[in-house]
Amino acid sequence: MSFARKDLVGIADLEEHEILTLLDTAERFRELNERPIKKVPTLRGRSVIHLFLEPSTRTRTSFDIAAKRMSADTFSVGGVTSSAVKGETLLDTARNLHAMRPDVIVVRHKMAGTAALLAKALPCSVINAGDGFHEHPTQALLDALTLRQRLGGFEGRTVTIVGDIAHSRVARSNVILLTRLGARVRVCGPRTLIPPGIEALGAVACDRLRDAIEDADVVMMLRIQQERIDQGGHYFPNTREYSRLYGLNLDTMRRARPDVLVMHPGPVNRGVEISPEVADGPWSVILDQVTNGVAVRMSAMYHVMGADRAEAAVQRGADR
Amino acid sequence: MTADDARRGELKPIMDAAAVERALRRMATQIAEDLASRGEIALVGIRAGGVPVARRLARLVAEAEGGPPPPIGEVDITLYRDDLYTGLEKPVLGETRIPFPVEGARIVLVDDVLFTGRTVRAALDELMDYGRPRLVRLAVLVDRGHRELPIQADYVGRRLETELSDRVVVVHGGDGERDPEARVELGRAGRGRP
Repeated sequence: MSFARKDLVGIADLEEHEILTLLDTAERFRELNERPIKKVPTLRGRSVIHLFLEPSTRTRTSFDIAAKRMSADTFSVGGVTSSAVKGETLLDTARNLHAMRPDVIVVRHKMAGTAALLAKALPCSVINAGDGFHEHPTQALLDALTLRQRLGGFEGRTVTIVGDIAHSRVARSNVILLTRLGARVRVCGPRTLIPPGIEALGAVACDRLRDAIEDADVVMMLRIQQERIDQGGHYFPNTREYSRLYGLNLDTMRRARPDVLVMHPGPVNRGVEISPEVADGPWSVILDQVTNGVAVRMSAMYHVMGADRAEAAVQRGADR
Repeated sequence: MTADDARRGELKPIMDAAAVERALRRMATQIAEDLASRGEIALVGIRAGGVPVARRLARLVAEAEGGPPPPIGEVDITLYRDDLYTGLEKPVLGETRIPFPVEGARIVLVDDVLFTGRTVRAALDELMDYGRPRLVRLAVLVDRGHRELPIQADYVGRRLETELSDRVVVVHGGDGERDPEARVELGRAGRGRP
């Protein structure tokens, strides 16, 4: 059980034991988050920059709370207020931020590969908070933590992910993580939103929702990303039809196991991919996911922190 | 004993199970006289080595007092350590469990070995984050000296003269309440090495 990386870029990079280390540590942080005083001095004097060049409320708040509960100082750099709008390249922005000596940069960007680019270019730690359609590792970890708490483990469990799989970094990170830990993963949605080659990641594609959710232990609904449809993507005729075919409501839930867990990474489009009765129903673990998000991000920061000292220690060893 | 201990050569026995039992019994009597007779107390063991010592002390305090055993908590001080970021690989976090209100409590903090005092400093900080205890005392099975902070124990099983490079090994066995395998050993660095 160990984790010895400078960065958390994607689930695809991680060995099973590294994933389990992150989850086990997060479990301890969950206990901390229930204490009356939710703060430990672990990252005192450390700086964390949140570089969010794509809209986010939940993830950014979650990272911010995580860092502050560990006593780090946090700085937020957003899209509209940053020099990105003045034409500065991403790498220039990142190098300038690094020149201010942060210990961790948490980055979200619409372009896949951003986190990996920064991790390679910068000596500080980088945590990926979502890069394009590529990965969203902390989301997959918090989903896994929620599932493990509810189900005890992953072996032999079936998880169905429904919605816009093609444009979803959440789906991608989850498929990789869940299959690596021994779960079976089904993906379901309109053919136009199922990426070719998803089977190579270990998932099985289903066309019909009722087939996909039958016998599933978990149904994870993804948000229909209205902005992509507004941008002129013709993936399905209209949201009403999508909702009828792929929406989770009390009627479709009758096909599911009575003890099925319903998840959603948020933000929820009520009445589109999930009906309010289901989102707020007894199956829903959506708010558990949010609670676990803070613990998982604390775990990620705890484990990546200290790259500078590690390098210095190696240097001292070489000098000896 | 780990392979690492074996490499460090022979371990010299310092206390056997009977000596550990005697020392704990004496500490428990003192704790009972000082504290337990004047109201409720609670024991908090510092993970990992302090927890079995705290369990045994709780039983012995109850015997000395003739009352129910005091409540026991555990603290894992990893997040409060001052030497956490010396490498990329972090220690595994243990569970902190304090099943009683710390606010106003009379607490005996328990560890197996008192050395630099840094662990106790971290444990005190963590305890304070749970509330403001009425008082905190410190009980250790072995005090081996070499303090780096102004911290002293109130109840000591055995004071041991050691070199800074020595290793004091406390072995716990049994169920934590009775421990026929308990012993303390001293490893001298350098001995047994090529």
